[in-house]
Amino acid sequence: MAMKSAVIVFPGSNREQDAARAIVLGGGAQPALVWHTETTLPAVDLVMLPGGFAHGDYLRAGAIAARSPVMEAVAAHARRGGFVLGVCNGFQVLTEARLLPGVLMRNAGLTFVCRATKVRVERPGPFTQMYRRKESVVFPVAHHDGNYRADAETLKRLEGEGRVVFRYEDNPNGSAGDIAGIANEKGNVVGLMPHPENAVDTIHVSRDGLGVFKSIAGAA
Amino acid sequence: MIRARVTVTLKPGVLDPQGKAIEGALASLGFSGVDRARQGKVIDLELAGEDRDAARTKVEQMCEALLANTVVERYHIALMD
Repeated sequence: MAMKSAVIVFPGSNREQDAARAIVLGGGAQPALVWHTETTLPAVDLVMLPGGFAHGDYLRAGAIAARSPVMEAVAAHARRGGFVLGVCNGFQVLTEARLLPGVLMRNAGLTFVCRATKVRVERPGPFTQMYRRKESVVFPVAHHDGNYRADAETLKRLEGEGRVVFRYEDNPNGSAGDIAGIANEKGNVVGLMPHPENAVDTIHVSRDGLGVFKSIAGAA
Repeated sequence: MIRARVTVTLKPGVLDPQGKAIEGALASLGFSGVDRARQGKVIDLELAGEDRDAARTKVEQMCEALLANTVVERYHIALMD
């Protein structure tokens, strides 16, 4: 049976349709789009938090979205071992919700970066099982606040536990350790700044992102 | 009514690219001797009631819950007269 999923929509999300399309291209069923004020989720394998600028990035990117009613249900889904994928603004929301450690700060170069980046797939697992070990892929990035930061102890733990899932080969934002994406301890919650959902079609910079959605659909 | 001012600043040691840009801009304007600039934010709150201790406790809770990301930020609360 095809993977069931939900894509959360906040005021200011703008990649929810791209996310939904990538999930379907990866072999999943058409996702439910779930508005941020909902307090329950349909029964799904995957919850995806899409890119965009939820609540205008006011206060801090992802800060207000992370306190949305729906995030209680997302956290409960994560506690049950369900898959959660946050891309770009979705990654920022996951860190603000403390479902992933660290924080995404203003890019070191201060400019909004919108380009293709080379990313290495570092961690085998349910989100990346379709990739070869240490495979180098091309994903686009489009963000102003993608500079991953955490205290030294957290960074050491992420590295030591193999929780860096994606690493930039050409760091666009100054992220510590060239970190592009990380997983939680259980490995069922992943956030990354690059957009695999925008690397799934012949008109995109690559189709390398399909592997993420095929991997999750295969693991679900 | 009680007015409170919350000042949120980056913890020492946390890289502040915006502060660096301010340093550079000040230097380019000819202001020498600025060893460091750090950028933060100020949030002014108007709170119902007159109990200042209760207000401070409440604002602390607000800081922990939303106003500051204590992973990288710290906060200072000042109650205004």
